[in-house]
Amino acid sequence: MNRYTKRTFVLEMVMIAVGIVFAFPVYVLVNLAIRPPSDTSSPIVPTTSPTFGNFTGAWREAGLGGALINSVLVTTVSVLIVLAVSALAAYPLARSTAHWSRGTFLLIMLGLILPFQLASLPLYQTVRDLGLLGSVWSLVLFYAGLQVPFTTFLYVGFLRALPRDFEEAASIDGASPLATFRHIVLPMLKPVTVTALVLNAVAVWNDFFTPLLYLSGSDQQTVPVAVAGFVGQFVSDWNLIFAALLISIVPVLAVYLALQRSIINGFAGGLKG
Amino acid sequence: MKRFSQWVLVTSVPKVRRRSRVTPPWWFTLPALLLFAFVVLVPSARGVYYAFTDWDGLDPELAFVGLRNFTDMLNDGDALQAVWHTLLIAVAITVIQNGIGLLLALGVNSTIKTRNFLRVLLFAPAVVTPIVTAYLWRNLLGPDGAVNAVLGPWGRDWLGDPDLALWMVVLVVVWQFAGYSMVIFLAGLQSIPREIYEAAAIDGTGPVRRFWSIVRPLLAPAITINLMLSIIGGIKLFDQVYALTGGGPGHATDTISTLIYKDAFTLGEFGYSIALAVVLTVIVAIVSAGQFAVLSRNERAAS
Repeated sequence: MNRYTKRTFVLEMVMIAVGIVFAFPVYVLVNLAIRPPSDTSSPIVPTTSPTFGNFTGAWREAGLGGALINSVLVTTVSVLIVLAVSALAAYPLARSTAHWSRGTFLLIMLGLILPFQLASLPLYQTVRDLGLLGSVWSLVLFYAGLQVPFTTFLYVGFLRALPRDFEEAASIDGASPLATFRHIVLPMLKPVTVTALVLNAVAVWNDFFTPLLYLSGSDQQTVPVAVAGFVGQFVSDWNLIFAALLISIVPVLAVYLALQRSIINGFAGGLKG
Repeated sequence: MKRFSQWVLVTSVPKVRRRSRVTPPWWFTLPALLLFAFVVLVPSARGVYYAFTDWDGLDPELAFVGLRNFTDMLNDGDALQAVWHTLLIAVAITVIQNGIGLLLALGVNSTIKTRNFLRVLLFAPAVVTPIVTAYLWRNLLGPDGAVNAVLGPWGRDWLGDPDLALWMVVLVVVWQFAGYSMVIFLAGLQSIPREIYEAAAIDGTGPVRRFWSIVRPLLAPAITINLMLSIIGGIKLFDQVYALTGGGPGHATDTISTLIYKDAFTLGEFGYSIALAVVLTVIVAIVSAGQFAVLSRNERAAS
């Protein structure tokens, strides 16, 4: 069963062909991003005169530097907040069987069903009335709340499968609930925290709809909004657009390749959560 | 110092502290609850209320209009079309993405030498920003794009043809997230003990039969997660449509989500827009409840 047979070889060839088909768009992306606008040959023919000019042009025109900083800021702060508050909330929700605990858990789980479109328009009004439109902090607040149900769901599921012995020992030793949480519970939550971190970071980094509403017309941008604005501005200047797309993808792919095992396990880990 | 004080506590008030069940205090849930209420719960409740008013997004004076927004929808061809597109896209994505995802998972869960490389490669699109991949495909599928360059005489105006454009949205989503389904199926496949599989092979059970009778039932949790993720994601789809076709040509690819955006932010009809969001919510709720009921029954039957 573990031998490399002729059938395995056929499968290998088929899978490599599938891989090439999947990777084909990325090849065209790179090919167009590095060719000068004067090169109008077929997009699938490798360019004969590669240039770096599109990248410098796109970087200058799209404001990607500022957008990258904003995206890093928004993602980091909102994910840290959502992990902290959700882990803290999950502790009593997983451990208490009282009515208030079950009720609170179900209320938060309601958020798994509610599509963000329902809340987004009234919340837009609130954010506008608070004068927070155009501020990245409105996004931090938004994601910190939006991701609570999913993250709490992961933490509660994980915690329920863990024994209470250590917490009870700590508590008998006189540790306060907060100290028990910090020194006993939190370290045990590490595996599920990696999963939650990965899934939340990808969701927040890639989100487009909310920053489109909150940041449009301001000079503050996140990467997806900056890219969309850039495409709107340089409608058919595809070499420049592709350079901008590539710049926006490279940091994400770099993190992905560096942490591929944790990231893939994180996505697959939702299964066990 | 700390250890000493703890020791004092234990010896001085043992009866208070020594309980078999220690429940953490309820206020631990407060920060999460407040954020959730502010961002999701309260605005959602307000949204449901606004759906029955003439809300215009600005004027704080609201007039109650009963079901008018919803009856308007029944006479609005674009809205009915959008509901149909939304359901079609969601079902198509769910079927195709999971079908391909499962085949990919079976492919890389073998002894081929490139399996690890292919896992990383095939999953990579799933971490990339959807709006970015959609802009990439808008060019690839354009009249002078790479797809037509490959197809030569079979080239079409993929995004300009109302009969094809919707399927191009499905194609782009499937390309991006088939690897996501694959990863979840793969985790399910790898949790199946090899011995079970080998025993069946020794008994002379063919690969198709092995898959249907052994792998499929044990894969139930992975199937549940994958179907949930792709159908709910498909129903809410916005970014890919916005970037790929903008809902066009005409309204050929408008979904509920793109109409919500257009009605509110280009037409200023916030009340009508939020009523569409309520319809979307009801669809998501019905699908989730139905799917949960069916799949949890299957999962019980399988285990």
